[in-house]
Amino acid sequence: MRHRSRIAPIAGAVLSAVTTITILGGAFAGEPPSEAPARNDGPVVPLRLSDTGLYGAGGAIDPRNRPFVPQYPLWSDGAEKQRWIRLPENTPIDISDIDAWRFPVGARFWKQFSWNGRKIETRMIWKAGENDWIFATYVWAEDQRDAVLAPETGVPNVVEVGRGKRHSIPAIEDCHTCHLSSPAVVLGFNALQLSDDRDPMAPHAEPLSPSAVTLRTLLDQNRLHPARPDLAAHPPRIRETDPVGRAALGYLSANCGGCHNDRGPLARLGLVLLHDTDPDGKSGADMPEPARATAVNAAGRYVMPGIAPERSRTVAPGAPERSALLHRMRSRRPSSQMPPLGTAIPDEEAVELVRRWIEQLERR
Amino acid sequence: MKRNSLFSLSAAAALGLVGVVLAIQPASSAALQDADSQTIREVARGGYLVKIMGCNDCHTPWKVSPDGHAEPDMTRMLSGHPQDLVMPPLKPAEAPWAWTGAGTNTAFSGPWGVSFTANLTPDIETGLGKWNADTFVRALRTGRHEGQGRPILPPMPYPMYRNATDEDLHAIFTFLQSIPPIRNRVPQPIDPPESE
Repeated sequence: MRHRSRIAPIAGAVLSAVTTITILGGAFAGEPPSEAPARNDGPVVPLRLSDTGLYGAGGAIDPRNRPFVPQYPLWSDGAEKQRWIRLPENTPIDISDIDAWRFPVGARFWKQFSWNGRKIETRMIWKAGENDWIFATYVWAEDQRDAVLAPETGVPNVVEVGRGKRHSIPAIEDCHTCHLSSPAVVLGFNALQLSDDRDPMAPHAEPLSPSAVTLRTLLDQNRLHPARPDLAAHPPRIRETDPVGRAALGYLSANCGGCHNDRGPLARLGLVLLHDTDPDGKSGADMPEPARATAVNAAGRYVMPGIAPERSRTVAPGAPERSALLHRMRSRRPSSQMPPLGTAIPDEEAVELVRRWIEQLERR
Repeated sequence: MKRNSLFSLSAAAALGLVGVVLAIQPASSAALQDADSQTIREVARGGYLVKIMGCNDCHTPWKVSPDGHAEPDMTRMLSGHPQDLVMPPLKPAEAPWAWTGAGTNTAFSGPWGVSFTANLTPDIETGLGKWNADTFVRALRTGRHEGQGRPILPPMPYPMYRNATDEDLHAIFTFLQSIPPIRNRVPQPIDPPESE
């Protein structure tokens, strides 16, 4: 996977950060959207969110932008989130690799972060060319009327999210860290996250509005290619019979699997927390979740502080106190926190869920 | 980024002698004759950069000679903090002192906790043997372990090194893959006390 960065040299811009990610090395081949000025050296990201196509007449969300709600939301220090997708008309999503959907050129995603009812930032991912992905973050103005493009280095400490803890706008490099380490660049819009078989125990689950895009609506509208009617009959789900295990591994897949998977740069670690939809080429109903196979009772590289190395495990069945994964989920210390970026306070609800899952695993 | 491929282990092995020689003195023409010229140039450039950027200052354990002279122990070149050197607990430095370093210059205690210098040799299990050039470049550009994990801790001067060109960083990686692997499992960093 190759990538390159490009700063948009827009006259008078006080904040400008455009990063173009080139996947597989191809050159930019798409047409920039009408709201962005065309340049002969590639796409340019608008300086204001209001110019990205998110909004339509009267300042309302453009009806072509459809809301979606991943069933296992990413923890972002308690942010309230809204998400939208714009898909070009009459162009399906290529799902021939069911765990690495390929979106048509022009597809755009927005995610808005709010705390206490105030909009703080809106992130956009835009597939600008066959091999070009653009990441941009917009910071909301105090008057909440519009948001402006954040600098490439991010903006630290924009809002207090807990006692003495503040949320920071990520740097473009931070975007790359997760989104370019996974089989799919877009992490929250996939078969498991959009599955209509939603997990009632998913931490911080958000209500599904009637207008939201789901796997079923995409199938019904023939937006997925090749056709997979089996996904309607058997919607993807975490392969755990126990509801606590299902929710715990779903959470880990969504929050950790972006980096900890078997197809990205960290594959060499052998820790795979990302759910796989068709592990045996079919439903995979009888296959264990990758997290079961690679985390439970694994020695791992990280040694629990105060625990003898030979007793420390990534997940020690029945022994949360010897489970490095849980320790690192709880930590917000620089050397041990997981995820290592994007959060300043631990997700207590998820920590308790994962602790319960580990507790009930049979001790070995 | 122009190159993705991992400098092959076989080429690294073939160049092992070259790397050692270049780390200490200019390579002999005999040692270079079997390697391709591009790789030779990268190893030479990388070896030069490693020397002038001070990598041995921290990633090679220092020793004290009988006459009291301290210098990097090149028999453990770039292998990081010795795994058998267990550092005892340390009281925080008293202001205006801020941090403390081990005599090996491979362990450092400060507000960030305790950091240990990494094994940069191509040992498969304990060094950079499983890394590729992209991972190495990303680590130095982002200041993150493995290019995407925890922060790389002080006193590693990545904020300066991140400004190096892709070509120079690739050359450094190529050189590091050419030196002898040394098995040495460096301890993981230690977080500072909760009260800090």
